[in-house]
Amino acid sequence: MEEEMKTLVENNILVVLPHPDDEAFGVSGTLAMHVQNGAKVTYACLTLGEMGRNMGIPPFANRVTLPEIRKKELEASCRAIGIQDLRMLGFHDKTIEFELQELLDERIDALLQELRPSLVITFYPGYSVHPDHDACGAAVIRTVGRLSEKERPLVHCIAFAKNLEQSIGNPDIINNVRDFLKQKMSSIEAHRSQFQAAELLGSKKLKPREIQDRFGTERFWTYSFK
Amino acid sequence: MQLIKQSEILYRIDILKDQDLYIHLEMTTGAYASHLDSSKHPAATFITNARIRYSHGSISGNGPYRVGLKMQQGWVYSEGLTHFEETETSRLIMAGHDSQGKLIVSLQLSREPF
Repeated sequence: MEEEMKTLVENNILVVLPHPDDEAFGVSGTLAMHVQNGAKVTYACLTLGEMGRNMGIPPFANRVTLPEIRKKELEASCRAIGIQDLRMLGFHDKTIEFELQELLDERIDALLQELRPSLVITFYPGYSVHPDHDACGAAVIRTVGRLSEKERPLVHCIAFAKNLEQSIGNPDIINNVRDFLKQKMSSIEAHRSQFQAAELLGSKKLKPREIQDRFGTERFWTYSFK
Repeated sequence: MQLIKQSEILYRIDILKDQDLYIHLEMTTGAYASHLDSSKHPAATFITNARIRYSHGSISGNGPYRVGLKMQQGWVYSEGLTHFEETETSRLIMAGHDSQGKLIVSLQLSREPF
């Protein structure tokens, strides 16, 4: 109950993820829930996912048109969730781990100073499979870690590497987002060039029960700065 | 994007020869290859906006197609191309998509940077 109260009172949330559609699968239900409870959500999306391999089935995008298409999809996804403030930071897809750390940290720190969030959501560095996910999470953890303990927001991490529980234990935040599946599915489907991929949503129509089982729960690990 | 028509590609290769161009060349298995199937070896490489100039180029195969561009010193080679952008008149935008529709290879040439 105490845990639940804590999630419900978040009023100023900063989400930092590297690709358009990262928000859709892992966190859109939770964000829609917070927005309904009155939270203000800022989503800093590091890249436009311009190196993505999915171009729609059949392909309607190409390497040249993909960034602009994904930008529009990202905006539509944010509208579906109710995110009020979208920041596109303009880094290049696949390069986050090679980017100057000072530059990444500076941009993230500027957001922390401006917004003073009570909760930050990002990827768990080392347990998020894609190198951009890990590097994005690492930059957020580095930057938040430099704040004094008093100023430091809570950080909830998304993670999905295989066997991650052996290293970081079980998620301590488990949100039931079944009441927000309409927003979540709209967010996923807003990414028109992406969601039909077999490992994401696929092309076949899912039954309501399948949607609830697959998308009804979102899990987070609270990062420990100790 | 449309399925490659060899004659359309050859026409575009010819109008872009003997001039300074920007190339985007890429091949990738995707960042999730080994996460989804541990027997897969994830590999990807791209180079974008490198300058090249070729004196001769052609397309071959029965689909997927291969393209080779002969430069003064060296070659550009790409295999697995399936699609091209028919609406582009001054640039050549080609890609290879696998059976799931995912991009696996791309070769693009332009007089202006991408």
